[in-house]
Amino acid sequence: MVKRIYQARIYVTLRPSVLDPAGTAVQSGLEHMGFGNVEQVRIGKYIELTLSAEDEKAATAQLDQMCDQLLANPVIENYRFELVEEATKIGASV
Amino acid sequence: MKFGVVVFPGSNCDRDVAYVTRDLLQQPTRMVWHEETDIADLDVVVIPGGFSYGDYLRCGAIAQFSPVMQRVVEHAKQGKFVLGICNGFQVLTEVGLLPGALMRNRDLHFICDRVPIKVERTDLPWTQAYSAEQLITLPIAHGEGCYHADADTLAALEDNGQVLFRYQGDNPNGSLNNIAGICDRPGKILGMMPHPERASDPMLGSTDGIKLFQGLLTAAVEQMAAV
Repeated sequence: MVKRIYQARIYVTLRPSVLDPAGTAVQSGLEHMGFGNVEQVRIGKYIELTLSAEDEKAATAQLDQMCDQLLANPVIENYRFELVEEATKIGASV
Repeated sequence: MKFGVVVFPGSNCDRDVAYVTRDLLQQPTRMVWHEETDIADLDVVVIPGGFSYGDYLRCGAIAQFSPVMQRVVEHAKQGKFVLGICNGFQVLTEVGLLPGALMRNRDLHFICDRVPIKVERTDLPWTQAYSAEQLITLPIAHGEGCYHADADTLAALEDNGQVLFRYQGDNPNGSLNNIAGICDRPGKILGMMPHPERASDPMLGSTDGIKLFQGLLTAAVEQMAAV
């Protein structure tokens, strides 16, 4: 059985309707730095993980589940991810 | 009435709760380690305050997948009582037993204070020992207590009378509709940011919180009488 190794880069962001007081505080810091031209700051999370899966479709399905149930909270956050194939392993050793 | 207090790595209000139920109220109480999978003996599960799993990722997020939480969900589905205080409230929203989410306080500060709170409903076990619309003072201590839910969820909570506790006067954390505590629709699951267990022993200056636990005991007595 062929298992492929993927690296996932997951971006978790606050939903547009949710206020981000931390982002507003950072924006004010940037303003004090002299960057009065910053119109908005939104702070999110970036997660990297490596997983093995049969193919990209299977990896995507698993990542959706991980994001929906743990990595993001759908009540307040959105997520998206990129998948990069790193290697292919022959045999079921993974 | 048998109480179980869930202990996650990072819980820190567990013993305060057990002190109230075991010592002040003389009820059988046991600590429930997060890896336990048999809690069938419990009438009330309390998820205490603290920083379960270090609050990593989001407050309460990792706790939802601990072995004991699957049992707590089953316990709740049987119509038994569940109380989540502070971090416990965050865990209950993460696991989906209560709607919405608790976000970073509006002013970004961790708040440790005593705040006025209005008891919105007194026809539920949790609040029946209070008088209607009573103003009480309870301690709060949290960095992420800003209740958030979408407009439809919020409207449903209000329409169904699920908001049991509301901050009165200044809203300390930016919580929508000044929400301090909500219950599920049947009223068996309660989540609240204020700490009733810290206002139960007269030695600490206030007993506004113990009535919450006393209301539960009254409900248990009534239940026994009805059988």
